[in-house]
Amino acid sequence: MHQQSIDRREYNITAYTENQVGLLNRIAIIFSRRKINIESLNTSPSEVEGIHRFNIVVVETEDVVRKIARQIEKQVEVLKVYFNTNEDVIWQEMALYKVPTDVIAERVIVERLLREHGARVVVIRKDYTVFETTGHREETDKLLTVLQPYGLIEFVRSARIAIIKDSQGFHHKLREFERTEPSPEVSENDYLNSRDKVFTM
Amino acid sequence: MYLNPPPQPVPTSPETAVATALPSTQPLSGAQATLHALLAEGVDTVFGYPGGAIIPIYDALYDFKEQLNHVLVRHEQGGIHAAQGYARSSGKVGVVFATSGPGATNLVTGLADALIDSTPLVCITGQVFAHLLGTDAFQETDIINITTPITKWNHQVTDASEIPEALAKAFYIARSGRPGPVLIDITKNAQMQKAEFPPYQPCNHIRSYRPRPLVRSEYVAQAAALINQAKRPLVLWGQGVLLGQAEQEFKQFIEKSGIPAAWTILGAGALPTGHPLNVGMLGMHGNYGPNVLTNECDVLIAIGMRFDDRVTGRLDKYARQAQVIHLDIDPTEIDKNVKATVPVWGDCKETLPLLTELVEARTHPEWRQRFRDHDAEEIAAVIQDELFPTSDELTMGEVIQQLNELTQGEAIIVTDVGQHQMVACRYARLNHTRSNITSGGLGTMGFALPAAIGAKYGAPERTVVAVIGDGGIQMTIQELGTIMQTGVNVKILLLNNQFLGMVRQWQEMFHDRRYSFVDIASPDYVTVASGYSIAGRRVEYRPELQAALREMLEHPGSFLLEVMVTKENNIFPMVPQGCGVGEIRLK
Ligand SMILES: Cc1ncc(C[n+]2csc(CCOP(=O)(O)OP(=O)(O)O)c2C)c(N)n1
Repeated sequence: MHQQSIDRREYNITAYTENQVGLLNRIAIIFSRRKINIESLNTSPSEVEGIHRFNIVVVETEDVVRKIARQIEKQVEVLKVYFNTNEDVIWQEMALYKVPTDVIAERVIVERLLREHGARVVVIRKDYTVFETTGHREETDKLLTVLQPYGLIEFVRSARIAIIKDSQGFHHKLREFERTEPSPEVSENDYLNSRDKVFTM
Repeated sequence: MYLNPPPQPVPTSPETAVATALPSTQPLSGAQATLHALLAEGVDTVFGYPGGAIIPIYDALYDFKEQLNHVLVRHEQGGIHAAQGYARSSGKVGVVFATSGPGATNLVTGLADALIDSTPLVCITGQVFAHLLGTDAFQETDIINITTPITKWNHQVTDASEIPEALAKAFYIARSGRPGPVLIDITKNAQMQKAEFPPYQPCNHIRSYRPRPLVRSEYVAQAAALINQAKRPLVLWGQGVLLGQAEQEFKQFIEKSGIPAAWTILGAGALPTGHPLNVGMLGMHGNYGPNVLTNECDVLIAIGMRFDDRVTGRLDKYARQAQVIHLDIDPTEIDKNVKATVPVWGDCKETLPLLTELVEARTHPEWRQRFRDHDAEEIAAVIQDELFPTSDELTMGEVIQQLNELTQGEAIIVTDVGQHQMVACRYARLNHTRSNITSGGLGTMGFALPAAIGAKYGAPERTVVAVIGDGGIQMTIQELGTIMQTGVNVKILLLNNQFLGMVRQWQEMFHDRRYSFVDIASPDYVTVASGYSIAGRRVEYRPELQAALREMLEHPGSFLLEVMVTKENNIFPMVPQGCGVGEIRLK
């Protein structure tokens, strides 16, 4: 038990799925029934038409993550699941900061801080300005702490997105996947085979 | 459309265009399309119960009486257990109809049972009109979300045009790969809506679903090498052998390799009970030899079984000395509970012949003698007294023993859950595959009576005997009504120990005999049965037993035989919870 907790670390689980109603629930309960907390979850369309991509971050042991990845891949609508440690992926989160506009206008130091942290202006209004930064958690956190004394109004951060370092992209993987595990066009229903024109509606 | 678009026929010439256009002469309702789809999938029997949200399908059924046999059950739980029994005895997909709301939620226990025991089912539930979804409409439940963790796949249909494709996918998913239950929820408007349907297209491929893994020959070779150098190999087989219809391939493998083989309760019958390499049942109430020797074998070959905790006992005391070869179609089972030295991922119908080819012909005489020695010990300590008791009271074991003599191992035995289940599974003689139907993974009381009804529909030519406890029968006793109405021929062997016996045994052994709410009163079952026009008899004394069993078996229709057995009898051997299989107790 103790050994296990030492081995727990952040894993990035990437799942390529069909775009189906209800699939998020099917995937989420794989975690919840094992009492595993999802640290971050992002889902969006992938570069392949009709295929969605889940990015899920959990803190777990490799053994548990491997089993979960298999359970996710077992779902009918899931094409492929990968899991990687942080070393194996390039990952980013995006943060938005809402700050009173007058503070920025009057305090040069704030402007410098924003520049130092590579923040970009998204919206400027009379009452507030919204900045954006992208980076690892510590980076977006750092700007958060330095802005707090200057009347930060609101802060929001996105889920993590990650891309596998040595991957040649999912297209390649999909092709590879089709090659190593081709889906033969077998009909498993002999009855239907023998009654081709069975019937018509 | 939520589903993948079906392949579109490409009209290359006027003839083909006509050919594909011709059949759909007149529009059908979604309900009619549903029934046509079932017929196209080869369905002959449906178990179900009507209600407002599924009335259109029942209305269409009125015109399908000739082609589609519908069995009206007395409770949807009975319907789904019957479909499970049908699927298990026939090897086909079981089909259930239920209405929305309470009808659909009554399927939950059966779905959970079917998922854990890999039973192929397609459940069709009615749902409220699509425009009412999410409004807490009358009898609306979110059955898709309720059943997500207990289905292999589920899907809601809100437009008639989706029906054929959804059902084609449902049948394909339910029966392929590791089988399981699928639920299709159809809104009432979709059932009523008229549409023109293209010819029914069976589904045999889904992009994201790989039911049949490609077999990696290098792993088969590694497995064979391990087996060939093994001195004390042991095979554990489970239901995967039956589900893969690999009984022949399995027999050839063990006969060539000469390896003793033990079974999980869901694997029972894949190899006849009397086969010389069949060394008995595994697990908590399994046989002494295979449990003890699991911890002495050098190579453990698990075939189509999932190392359930009832089989392994404590994992840190389970087969630590053995190299493990695991053959399974489901990759999530590999390394899940027991780490495999060599995983052989694949359908055992494919992998077993490859393995048989590579293994050397052996007989392992000394190693097999070890099993016989343990058998002798178990017979002396447990079996002799259980099957041939010297006391006046009847034991469950002797009832099964007498039944064996009369059926000669030819019957299908359907069991409920409890002590009688362990006794029936341990002692029933099974000459054929698909002869043992029981709720293994979920342990669902109330399973046997409806499952036996379904089993008889699935295998009408065979004798079906349901072995049930006095607790379990009261959970779904209403299905006697289904027997009455359909006239289906099911033999009900009720073993009445006047207790919730298995729980009482645990209370006796592990809770200082504090018998908390296990003393269960019973009605006069023979009178209850006769109220349903079912013949019956009650037996209390040994001299009457055999004649009563014969009367039950020879009776032209269903028959309920109640046998009063010892009140406080315990099932041994037993691997107590929290112990290793090597610590199995004979007393
Ligand atoms: C639906 C359900 N509820 C409770 C249990 C827990 N349980 C397991 S065995 C058992 C006792 C069964 O008693 P009976 O049907 O009389 O069979 P016996 O053990 O006496 O043969 C109970 C209550 C269960 N398995 N299923």
